[in-house]
Amino acid sequence: MSGLSQIVKTVSLVLFVPILTFGLYVVAHGHLTPGGGFQGGTVIATALALFLVAFGAKEFKRILGKDFLSAVESIGLLSFGALALLGLGTAFFANFLANSGGLFGKSVPVGANAGIFNSAGTIPLMNFAVGIEVASALSLVLLLMYLSEKGVGK
Amino acid sequence: MIEALMQNLPFVVSALLFVIGLYALLFKSNLIKMAIGLSIMGSAVNIFLIALGYKENSIAPIFTNAPINGSINAAKMAMPIPQALTLTSIVISLAVTALMLSLAVVVYRHCGSLNASKAWRLKK
Amino acid sequence: MKAVAKTLVFLVLVFFLVLTAIELRPFGKPKKSTMDDYIIVEGQRETAANNLVSAVVFDYRGYDTLGEATVLFAAVSGVYLLLREAKK
Repeated sequence: MSGLSQIVKTVSLVLFVPILTFGLYVVAHGHLTPGGGFQGGTVIATALALFLVAFGAKEFKRILGKDFLSAVESIGLLSFGALALLGLGTAFFANFLANSGGLFGKSVPVGANAGIFNSAGTIPLMNFAVGIEVASALSLVLLLMYLSEKGVGK
Repeated sequence: MIEALMQNLPFVVSALLFVIGLYALLFKSNLIKMAIGLSIMGSAVNIFLIALGYKENSIAPIFTNAPINGSINAAKMAMPIPQALTLTSIVISLAVTALMLSLAVVVYRHCGSLNASKAWRLKK
Repeated sequence: MKAVAKTLVFLVLVFFLVLTAIELRPFGKPKKSTMDDYIIVEGQRETAANNLVSAVVFDYRGYDTLGEATVLFAAVSGVYLLLREAKK
């Protein structure tokens, strides 16, 4: 039996969903509250690290393989670059969605306000791209370090 | 002198943190300890950058439910650019730490020792 | 002898570092920075983001973030290369 004891497994499963939700919240509200793609991605990666430590590499690899994680990381980086290229009508990294009225396109009142989720143009989309990149990169590093130990995860 | 020290305490703290990292880097020969020292030095530089961007009695540069009323006063908000670049620097130092630790693992596997002054003699 | 020289250099470096930190400009009173003031005043109108740090990271200084994401990707590739699974 790989991984730690049954108590640790149960507690980690109980904690897994709240940590994941908090990470997604930090990523999604990066343009309104302190946080963003990097911080939220790190929080998501801690949830995956907890899962990895509690259940062992065999179970973790059954759900999230190395190839899958590196593919997600590449997709995150590429979509970040693609979002930057989409603004090329004006300039590289131009925020073409801000104040346009469409997706994430609402204007915000200048000064202190309560926060409008549907605002800030490409910034939330880039937050998501960077978030999945950082989360998969960190969990890939942890998985590789775990697997490099001899005799683990055959 | 004492007044200047009390006024500049955040800078002094970051300098001392940098010194701790430098001590580990210069006087320890264990590769893991050297990696820890380099990470501490990186954290000291990050703290220094954040402290440089702080204005007296300022709030974080975030408008969601910010305690300001009326027009925006630029002197009442901390500088956003040092904070943003520190965010960049933190992620890069994290990547560098991961790479250093995996290099230490490879060195240990290859030479059977983590001592930096012995490990360069390639075993086998 | 080598250890003594090392210690001496270290102590001199520490002395000058701390002295510099004490003699730096007063904490909390930076010089006026036109760029920061522009971002604080105009950033919310231009990018429609409440979090100005996010606005700087992903909009005004997007190049930096692209380079940083590339560095992270390269570091993870390096870790992947170094920590291949141990031979059985």
